[in-house]
This record gives sequence, structure tokens and C-alpha cells, in this order.
Amino acid sequence: MTDTLDAVFRREAGRCTATLIRVLGDIDLAEDAVAEAFAIAAEQWPKRGLPPNPGGWITTTARNRAIDRVRRESTRVERYIAAHQMHTQETDPDATPEGEALDRFVDVVPDDQLRLMFLCCHPALAADSQVALTLRLLGGLETSEIARAFLLPEATMAQRIVRAKRKLRDNHAPYRIPGADELPDRLHAVLASIYLIYTEGHTATAGRALTRVDLSTEAIRIGRVLATLMPDEPEVIGLLALMLLTEARRSSRVDAHGSMVRLANQDRSRWDPSLIEEGHGLVQACLRRNQPGPFQIQAAIAAVHTDAPTAADTDWAQIVALYDQLYAIQPNPVVALNRAVAVGALDGPSAGLDALANVNLDDYQPYHAARADLLTRAERIHEAITAYDRAIELTANSAEREFLSRQRQHAATTPSRP
Amino acid sequence: MPQYLLSVWHDEDYVPDFSTPDAQRRVAQVAAFNDELQRSGAWVFAAGLHPASSATVVRSSGDHVSTTDGPYAETKEQMGGFWIIQAADLDVALDLAARAAAASDGPIEVRPMQG
Repeated sequence: MTDTLDAVFRREAGRCTATLIRVLGDIDLAEDAVAEAFAIAAEQWPKRGLPPNPGGWITTTARNRAIDRVRRESTRVERYIAAHQMHTQETDPDATPEGEALDRFVDVVPDDQLRLMFLCCHPALAADSQVALTLRLLGGLETSEIARAFLLPEATMAQRIVRAKRKLRDNHAPYRIPGADELPDRLHAVLASIYLIYTEGHTATAGRALTRVDLSTEAIRIGRVLATLMPDEPEVIGLLALMLLTEARRSSRVDAHGSMVRLANQDRSRWDPSLIEEGHGLVQACLRRNQPGPFQIQAAIAAVHTDAPTAADTDWAQIVALYDQLYAIQPNPVVALNRAVAVGALDGPSAGLDALANVNLDDYQPYHAARADLLTRAERIHEAITAYDRAIELTANSAEREFLSRQRQHAATTPSRP
Repeated sequence: MPQYLLSVWHDEDYVPDFSTPDAQRRVAQVAAFNDELQRSGAWVFAAGLHPASSATVVRSSGDHVSTTDGPYAETKEQMGGFWIIQAADLDVALDLAARAAAASDGPIEVRPMQG
């Protein structure tokens, strides 16, 4: 029963909260109403059995609580009607807080979840606040769970969430879907936030385990919701494809001893064929649409990797071409680094090192790890050891550190070029 | 309707000199922006300030009043002027702030007013 309630909660909490924020015009009140509905469920369901439609039951109960509350507090009715008229496009000027009009206001509309995504990722909030708020309000995660996932004290995370909510309220942040002119920028913030949640789950920046299941799963779940709500935005589909194709390889990224395994050495039979199939389908759809963007190109790169039956079969020419395309849109050093690695695989380590020559990422662990690998293959061992030492110094993740230490050991026993 | 303070920030040693072509261009830009604010109804108030070195800090404790020279905060950047605007919501305010930043050629801090 507890599991079932949890599952329903995870599925419905974000949707209910999104609608109730619109109805009540207040994030905290909405969270309270949803929590109240789940508390009633936790009490009644074990006695009476699961209702036929648990999700609908929760939504209806939370809605009814909201309506009761709105009717009890008439000043709030005026406030939320005003807020509603101000912030949503489909305004009915004759709407009254009575009867059917009120019921219509609290109808669950899919747009509410989109409104909530754009609110959580409002550009007035810092990226870490956007991520925390997205997980709290859309993901329905407890503050303590979010804190654990980011290895932060609960008080720190609680303060971050409270401040973000207060900032949105004090600033009168609107609850709406951005208009066409601002949509690209605002959508990018939403996508970046979801991807940050995914990568945080995929590679924990600190701590023992290389992968943290909850955050990655949560990011994919939110990504799927967004893809349902905005099926015509190619970057939304690109992000989902990228996450699915990365996720497909997850179980092969760590060996039996918990040490990291690089792509070339991963056991491809452990890759998840259904995720790969779904991801490839989405990438194909993006290609047909032909409106490339950063997430779609990264998904295409992941698709080339997952397309290769063995590492040796990888179409590196295709990958270099995709990185060229990505660099043209996003000329940043991290893209240049990944491109250099691909060049190193296609044309040999010296070509890779040449491509890396103008990249300056001295505080970035993957830069030193990639450089160390290219230097080892170019048999420039002294430089390789120095690069490994720097990479090890910069990593806080124990699985990655073990991997790098083994690579360093391997390099140290490689004969240097005469 | 919510009101917001849009403030303009300068280096502390900034001295307004309206004789340069650059400054005159800015003055014209800000004047045009002010006209636009007034036309759209967003305008509440606006003012440019004399340099921070012209400021005096007054403190009161009990019967005693002390007066000291200089701005309150010894920071590298000081407020050089401000607008008070009214806007339907934060996004409208941020949009106006973007235009204020373009008109004044500098960063604009947006802060909601209480009430």
C-alpha cells in the first residue's frame, strides 16, 4: 500500500501542484492542499482499499480542498481571479468565483505543468535554485531527498527552496507560458535545468557511487512530461533522446568493483535495447524535422555511439562532423574538448592533441583526463603522468578516481617514445 | 499594480560629464525611454543622482545624532540613479529593465517594492 501511494504521489504530485498554484495563486498554499489530499489518502486507502482511479481521486480531493479554501477566504478569491486574468492568455472577463466558473478554473489543464516548469526555471532564479524548485514542485520530492541527492545539508536545501519561492512571490513572477518571442530563451533554461538534474544523477560530483538512480530517473520522467506537452519543439525531443541514449548505457559504466568503465571498454550487451530503440526513433524524428539544436546534436552523437556493435565500429568521422556542427552553435571549450577526443579517435592521438592546443580548461577534470589519454597514446609518458595527477586532484568522485589511478598506472608502465 | 525599483549602477569614481558625444547620446536615449514609460503608464518616478561622494550619512541613537561624510556602503559600485515603475508582473518589469539597460548603457538592478 505504501508503495502504491508513493507511486501515485510521484505521478500526480507535480500535476496537482501545478493546477493548484494557478487556482490559489500561491505556491505554498498549493503545496499544502496537495499534501493534505495525500494525507487523507494515506489514512483512507488502507481501510477502504484503493479507489478505482487513484490519480483522479487525489486530484479531485486536492481540488475540493482548494475550492473550499478559496470559498472560505473571499479576499483570496478576488486575488486569484485578478492573478488569473493577468497571467493567462485564455481570460474570460466575465468569470465569477461562483459555481461553474470556479469549477472550470480548477480543472486540470496540461498547460499548468508547463506554466510550472517555466516558473521553476525563471531566469531571475540561479541555476541551482531552478533545479531545486523543479525537483520540489514538479517532481514532488521532499526537501530532504533533494538535499541527499545533491549531498547538501537539508537546512541548506530548505533555505534555497524557501528563498526561491519567496523571490518568485515578492517579485510577482507570472504563472504563464512565455510568448513566442521569448520562448527559445525561456525553454532553453527549462531544458538546461532538466539536463542538469540528469547529469547530476548520472555522474555524482562527489561521493562513492558513480550513478544516482533517482535524479536521472526523475529527469527522464520530467523530460517525458515536457515532450508530451511540447511535442513540436525539436530541442525538447532532442533532450529526451539524449537522456534515454545516455541512460541506456548506464549499467555498463561501472564494473563489478564499482570502478568506472570508459565507453570503448563497456560491455555493449548490457546496454538497454528498448531505451536505445526509443532514443534512435526520437533522433530520427529530429533529423526529419531538420531544425538542429545543441541537445539534438548531442543526441545524434549518442545515437552514433549506440549504433556501433563494437567500439571499433564507431563512425568517428560522423561524430567529428556532428561536433563541428555543435561547435558552430555553441563555441565553448567543453565542446572543443569533446571534439578533440573524437578527432583523436579518428586521426590518431597527435591530431587530437593538436585539436586540443587552443582549449583552455585548466580546472576541468575531463580536460586533463582526455589529454592524459591522448598523451599516453602518443607515448609522451611524462606529460601524461602529470596530466593524470592533475585530473585525479580535480575529481571528487571515488569511482572516477579509481579509474584514473588505474589509467595512470597503465601509462606509467608504457614505454616512452625514444 | 506591483511596483519595482530599477536602479542604475556606476563605478564609485564615476563623474557625470555631459559634454562628451557618448554622454549626450545616453541622455537622449534615456529621455526617449522616459517618454515611452510615461506614454505606456509604467512611469511612477525617476531621478539621476549626484556622485556618491556627495552623500552624507546620518545616524540617530537616543538623543544623539551623528553625521558622517560619504556614502553608507564603501563599495566599488554605487547607485547613480533610478526609476520606479509599475508593471503587471516580473516579466514585464524585466522587459522594461532590459530597455533601461540599453538606454543607459549599463546594468540595471530590478527590485520589487513592498505592498
